[in-house]
Amino acid sequence: MTNRRVAVTGVGVISALGPTTAEFWTALIEGRSGIAPLQSIPPGALRFSSGAEVRGYDPASYFTPKETGYLDRFAQFAAIAARAAIHDAAIEWTDSLRERAAIVTGTCIGGQSTQDEGFFQLYSEKTNRLNPLTIPRTMSSAAASWISIEHGIRGPVFTLSTACSSANHALGHALWMVRQGAADLAIAGGSEAPFSLGMLKSWELLRVVSPGACRPFSKERQGLILGEGGAMLVLEPMDAARARGARIYAELAGFGMSSDAHHLTQPSAGGAERAMRRALDDAGLAPERIGYINAHGTGTIANDATETAAIRQTFGAHAERLAVSSTKSMHGHALGAAGAIEAVATVLALANGVIPPTVNFLGPDPACDLDVTPNHAKRAHVECALSNSFAFGGLNAVLAFRGV
Amino acid sequence: MSDVSGMSEDVSRRVIAVVAATQHLAPETITLDSTFEQLGIDSLDGIGILFAIENEFNVSIPDDDAKSIRSIREMVEGVSKLVAAAGETGAALAG
Repeated sequence: MTNRRVAVTGVGVISALGPTTAEFWTALIEGRSGIAPLQSIPPGALRFSSGAEVRGYDPASYFTPKETGYLDRFAQFAAIAARAAIHDAAIEWTDSLRERAAIVTGTCIGGQSTQDEGFFQLYSEKTNRLNPLTIPRTMSSAAASWISIEHGIRGPVFTLSTACSSANHALGHALWMVRQGAADLAIAGGSEAPFSLGMLKSWELLRVVSPGACRPFSKERQGLILGEGGAMLVLEPMDAARARGARIYAELAGFGMSSDAHHLTQPSAGGAERAMRRALDDAGLAPERIGYINAHGTGTIANDATETAAIRQTFGAHAERLAVSSTKSMHGHALGAAGAIEAVATVLALANGVIPPTVNFLGPDPACDLDVTPNHAKRAHVECALSNSFAFGGLNAVLAFRGV
Repeated sequence: MSDVSGMSEDVSRRVIAVVAATQHLAPETITLDSTFEQLGIDSLDGIGILFAIENEFNVSIPDDDAKSIRSIREMVEGVSKLVAAAGETGAALAG
C-alpha cells in the first residue's frame, strides 16, 4: 500500500485553561494563564506554590461512580479528551472501522496518584488495606484500554512512555500506522495528573520548578510550572476524511525522533536538531516552509537556551523569520500530555491563522534570541508548523503539521 | 561555640566529606579550590550533593543560591552563611 496523507479531523483537550477545546483556545489567544496557587497540596509543603491544575474538576460530570472507581485522574482526563475529539470529528463508526481503528496514548507517570495515596495508607496509616483496584488504576495503559472499552475500538491499542515526549511519540506512531495502512483511523495523544505530594516533592528536589511564574525564553526565568490534563487528536487518511466531508484542521505531515545519548536531565542541541530535521524529512518539507514552532519551551534555563540553539542550527537564516511560542506559559508543563496539548494548540494556530503567545515575558535573554511571540497573540497565516517535545533522558520527538 | 574560622573549618571538612561520599571520591582528592568541573560534577550530581548537604547541616538551600555554586569553596561559604543564620542549630544537630 502506498503511503497515505494523514488528516487531523478532531481534537479534544481538558487542561488548566478549561475543560473544553473552545475554552482552551480562547485562553491561548487572549494570553490568559491557567497557572495559579496549588489547591491539591497544602500551602507551605513545597518550595513552589503554583501549578496548572484543572480547576473545579468533578469526575461525576463525566463518569458514573463505578467508572470513577476504575479510573485514576490521568485516565479520566484521557477518556474525556478522547470523547471530545471523537465527537468533534463526527466519526461515523462501523463495525469494520472499529476493527481497524487504533489508540495510542502517552503518559509519563500514569496513575501515580492512586499509588501515592494507597502506599501512604499502607506505610504510614498502617491500615494494611489498599484500594483493590490499585493495579488497574495505576497502569499507564489504563487510559488507552478505557478509551478502547468505551468506544468499542478493537485495533492496535497501546501506550508509550518517554517522559515529557510521551504524547509526541504516541502521535508520531499513530501517524505512521495510519499513513502505512496499519490502521484506518487513530485516536492519539496523552494525559497526565502529577499533583500528588510525593510526586511534587520529587520535582522540588530536581530544582527545576519555578517558585514564581513560568516565563519561557524570557530573562529572569526561573523554571517550569507543572500542569495536568489530557488531549487527544483524531487522525485519519486525508482521502477518507475528504470523502466523508470531515472538517480537516491540518495535515499531520511528519514525525521525527532522536536520542541525545548524552545525559539523564541535561538537554543537547544536537539531539533536538536531529529530531526537527527528521520531522521535516519525514514530512518532505524544506525548512523554509515552516512558519511557526510550538516550542518545548519549559521555562528552565537549560531547555530554552538549548532549544534556541537547536532551532538556529536547524533553520539557519530562516530562524529569523519563524514565529516561536511556548504555550506552556499558560497550560503549564503537563509532562506526558504536553505534546498532545501543544499539538492541539498548533493545529488550531494553523486552522485559525493566529499564533498563541509566550506569556509572562519580561524581556529578551540573549541566549534565547528568537521571535517568541511575547505576551500577545498575533495573526499569521503560516503554511506549516512544528511542535517540539524534548524529554528528560534526551528523548526527542517532533511533529510537523501542514495547514490545509 | 566555635569562632567564624573554626566553624568554617568544620563546615569545610563536612562539605568535603559529603561531596566525597555522594560522588564516590576519596576525600583527600578534594580541596577548597576544587571546582565542580574538575571533580566531574554535573547538574544532576549537584542536585544529589545539595540534598545530602541539606541533610548534613539541617538547612534548606534555596534554588537561586544553589544555581551559582560552582566550587567547593563557594559551597562552604554558602553553607556557613546558612548555618550561621540558623544559629548553629543545624551544626549542633548534625554534629
